[in-house]
Amino acid sequence: MLTDKAGKGVQNDAPRPGQSAQNPLRTGGNLLQLVSPEGERISHPEFDLWIKDIGDEQLGSLFEDMTVIRRIDTEATALQRQGELALWPPLLGQEAAQIGSSRSLRDDDFVFPSYRESGVAYIRGAHVSEIAQVWRGNALYAWDPQRINMATPQIIIGSQSLHATGYAMGVQLDGASTAVLAYFGDGATSEGDVSEAMVFAASFQAPVVFFCQNNHWAISEPVRVQSHVQLADRPTGFGIPSLRVDGNDVLAVMAATRWALDRARSGGGPTFIEAVTYRMGPHTTADDPTRYRDPNELEDWAAKDPILRLRRLLDVKGLLTEDLEGRVKAKADAVAAELRNSCVNMPDPQPLDVFNHVYSTPNSWIERQKDHYSRYLNSFNQPVEEGAL
Amino acid sequence: MSKLTFARAINAGLRKSLENDPKVVLIGEDIGSLGGVFRVTDGLQKDFGKHRVIDSPLAESGIIGTAVGLAYRGYRPVCEIQFDGFIYPAFDQIVSQVAKMHYRTQGRVKMPITIRVPFGGGIGSPEHHSESPEAYFTHTSGLRVVAVSNPQDAYTMIQQAIASDDPVLYFEPKRRYHDKGDVDESIDLSNAMPLDKAAVVNAGSDVTLVAYGPLVKTAKDAAQAAADEGISVEVIDLRSLAPVDYPVVEASVRKTGRLVITHEAGQSGGLGAEIAASITERCFNYLESAPVRITGFDVPYPYSKLEMHHLPNLDRILDGVDRTLGRPNSLSGLEG
Repeated sequence: MLTDKAGKGVQNDAPRPGQSAQNPLRTGGNLLQLVSPEGERISHPEFDLWIKDIGDEQLGSLFEDMTVIRRIDTEATALQRQGELALWPPLLGQEAAQIGSSRSLRDDDFVFPSYRESGVAYIRGAHVSEIAQVWRGNALYAWDPQRINMATPQIIIGSQSLHATGYAMGVQLDGASTAVLAYFGDGATSEGDVSEAMVFAASFQAPVVFFCQNNHWAISEPVRVQSHVQLADRPTGFGIPSLRVDGNDVLAVMAATRWALDRARSGGGPTFIEAVTYRMGPHTTADDPTRYRDPNELEDWAAKDPILRLRRLLDVKGLLTEDLEGRVKAKADAVAAELRNSCVNMPDPQPLDVFNHVYSTPNSWIERQKDHYSRYLNSFNQPVEEGAL
Repeated sequence: MSKLTFARAINAGLRKSLENDPKVVLIGEDIGSLGGVFRVTDGLQKDFGKHRVIDSPLAESGIIGTAVGLAYRGYRPVCEIQFDGFIYPAFDQIVSQVAKMHYRTQGRVKMPITIRVPFGGGIGSPEHHSESPEAYFTHTSGLRVVAVSNPQDAYTMIQQAIASDDPVLYFEPKRRYHDKGDVDESIDLSNAMPLDKAAVVNAGSDVTLVAYGPLVKTAKDAAQAAADEGISVEVIDLRSLAPVDYPVVEASVRKTGRLVITHEAGQSGGLGAEIAASITERCFNYLESAPVRITGFDVPYPYSKLEMHHLPNLDRILDGVDRTLGRPNSLSGLEG
């Protein structure tokens, strides 16, 4: 374990795989569920403790967040269809996984996302215009990672699992109690980087939580092409405890994530959470799921819609009031309007911006190319003199 | 001034960086108690602890990928890739992540990562232990690439690379690890030659000979041999491969009118091609002959009994010098 600044802790003294792999919580592939698809609260002796502070008001606020990010998603999809965004990766169906996990984080925790975590970015404090910028093509970056403690979107599948692990190793060196959360999908578990991240995280007992949103489809490839076993079975071979949770159950996701983050903060090492959910839309606005998916499958999952489930719970508890519904709708409308306005009014970047920030210090090659291109652009403003060649 | 081998000079530079900046951490395979397969990190884990000199799992993508996360957290990781041919599993993390993070985040996240790579042949190794992969990285924007050729530079440039806020690929010529040279350990880094400057290591007036890393010594030997025949060769040690310090090469070629470039890497798409093209653009009217490349062949690095044919040596370099001078040479009479 990489621990204190005094250098007492050393990685090779970490428990060996097997010793640290106790995983009493994961039995027989059972899905942790705290709310049934019908909206009934299911009690669980251990995990109820992790959400005991979630009262009526908090349930309403989770409902609001999930509704707002669905609305961001719908609006962004429409903006893409209208040519205002170049591309959009919809999160439709994954609202509980994103809200349950991100609402479990402390401000000082650090998040390494994939490209679909727009809902997480919103919760971390990214402005909707910063989220839109990336997909409009106005910038490679979205937000200031240091301001919201969340790295920028990562498109290379699974790369960020290593960054999260390295960051967590740095947290250990600092002797801090920060936890790190890495998001990736079911497809990423096939990538070498995710396996390497688990090797490093287990060897150094790094305070990282691997949060896998198993949305069942990696573009057109079903999860059965990625894995012969349940994804949550894989980390146990690395000595990392895992949990398989109903990713459409916001309370289950929250309880599991809080538990895992707490383990990380208290020196318990890494945890892997498989949130079993479903991507109801396309992978991105560029693909067509009707070419590869059985419509019955979508219908089955639509019945397990995460927002619908929370509505049912609220209804069962008598909390689904007109006041709540009105408040949530007004908020979603306002955020959507903000997204649309900031998107259509976004200024284009300047031509010479293309050369900026490649290095933090001057680079003679780029300086020269920038100078030459600038002269070329300026040449359009110069009158061409007779005979001047 | 002390007399140090190349490997000890790098070791001393790493030690200094570890002493001066608590954010510097070393990570790599076998770099701890073994001190690295070439002993470059010898004794550092003992003196700085396992939390600062980290023996990593055997996973190159993992080494570089976790370094990205450490840099995100404010550390300055120094990664060791054990051999040149082992860098490919880490290629994606280097070119897609390390190189692009600063650009991607509009300068908000810096990647002060140094990646040390023992490179090049000439030590009779098996496959994957003698490669020269530098061109892959010089082609990637966002990376700085350097190759050191003598113990003093090795000592100074490793510290400059670590201090750089940009990622640096630091190529070490492994067949020179045991060469000794004078090293001024008290050198003030702020007065030292900057990391991206080329050095004229042998003044001359007839031909410019550009080399880097392991071939600088060979180039200097060639210049000496040429001098015996009355030919004056100016040798430039590039030091920085990305960016190349073109003004220094340019000034030399304007003086000599002739250019020979040598490297161990294969010819096609190599650094020699880039330098020949750039210098032709910049100095066309000063050139007396076409630039000549003396390089490894466009073949996989061969088995060790044949490597002496693959590697540029003094005679092949001199043959190239003769070509630029129009003197009788191995290609005399050949059109095109």
